[in-house]
Amino acid sequence: MKIAIPVEDKSIEGNICQSFGRSPYFLIYDTGSEESVFLNNTAAASQGGAGIKAAQIIVDSRAQAVLTPRAGEKAASVLAAADIKIYKTINDSIRDNIKAFTKGRLTLLDDIHPGFHRRRG
Amino acid sequence: MKIAVLSGKGGTGKTLISVNMAAVLQKSVYIDCDVEEPNGHLFFKPVDVRSEKVSVKIPVADDNLCNGCRKCVDFCKYNALVYVNDRLMVFEDICHSCGGCVLLCPERALSERDKVIGEVRGGVSENVTIISGVLNTGEVSGTPIIKELISRISREERPVIIDCPPGSACIVMESIKDADYCILVAEPTLFGVHNLDMVCELVRLFEKPYGVIVNKCMDGENPAEEYCVKNGIRILGKIPYDEELGRLNSNGLIAAWVESKRYRELFKSLYQKVAGEVQA
Repeated sequence: MKIAIPVEDKSIEGNICQSFGRSPYFLIYDTGSEESVFLNNTAAASQGGAGIKAAQIIVDSRAQAVLTPRAGEKAASVLAAADIKIYKTINDSIRDNIKAFTKGRLTLLDDIHPGFHRRRG
Repeated sequence: MKIAVLSGKGGTGKTLISVNMAAVLQKSVYIDCDVEEPNGHLFFKPVDVRSEKVSVKIPVADDNLCNGCRKCVDFCKYNALVYVNDRLMVFEDICHSCGGCVLLCPERALSERDKVIGEVRGGVSENVTIISGVLNTGEVSGTPIIKELISRISREERPVIIDCPPGSACIVMESIKDADYCILVAEPTLFGVHNLDMVCELVRLFEKPYGVIVNKCMDGENPAEEYCVKNGIRILGKIPYDEELGRLNSNGLIAAWVESKRYRELFKSLYQKVAGEVQA
């Protein structure tokens, strides 16, 4: 099963990014083969709607779950439309969270926020 | 002549000045561009009010025609479109109604529908025609409503006072676009200077002639006045901190229309100064 994680650097030893839509990279991790692929998040520089575009990248990666500290409501609705589950991370460590996920210890993210980037004008 | 009244923050006295200036003229048009919270009508209490809905275009996809090429998704720089599970999803409040996706679709799978976002209300009160824009609660951008308001005065012969929204964002730019002159209203505080500086930058960018009215002036320090003097900005007038004026205003009364001639003269002289500046 493929899972997606917003990450700060292109390294599995690195940290999870606090933002979903504006995360610089996404780690697509295959829990079966334990293979890691890092995708550039081309949505990060968007003026608006970054979460939406980032969610499209996740959908296209064929990941079936997202591990993230938080997600905006628009990104969440795109992921929901693709039946991708969102799990809440427990700390900053990529490895810790992958481990927790494979052991079934992560819970679904339920505090979806209304977005930080209110469009002005 | 079109005069826009603006300021970097709310509560400086834009509506006080706009309403009273429109009120002292023989015939005038007052436009309320503060579409998120229009309140000029509370003072004028217009009659014969007529409303017209304002809508924007939102793309709609025909799933039978869409082949998932995603040209529209890649084109939309606002990221209002995504393609998930063989279907196009449209995020209405992100869409800027540019129509690009519809033009671009090779399969002609996209069409547009109208989405009502607010309305424009016109009425009269004595010598003043009042036109207010109202953005529906929950809508993100009032710009289309302001465009509609401004289009209504394109050929107006009477003097027009445009009461702008606070700040210096797109909705303000849209409000001042056709103005012949901009009045910047400022408070005599350091915070007031910061906000004044923002709108000064904006009107210079638009190359509009402008002047400042400092409102709620008290004895002593006046950083807004100092800012104007230092930067060679014309001060059109100073309105003193006046409890009576504040009381009339907070009771929804037009100070220039009450019995005492004092306020009538104040706003008349302010208008004449602006008119003089425009003709000069």
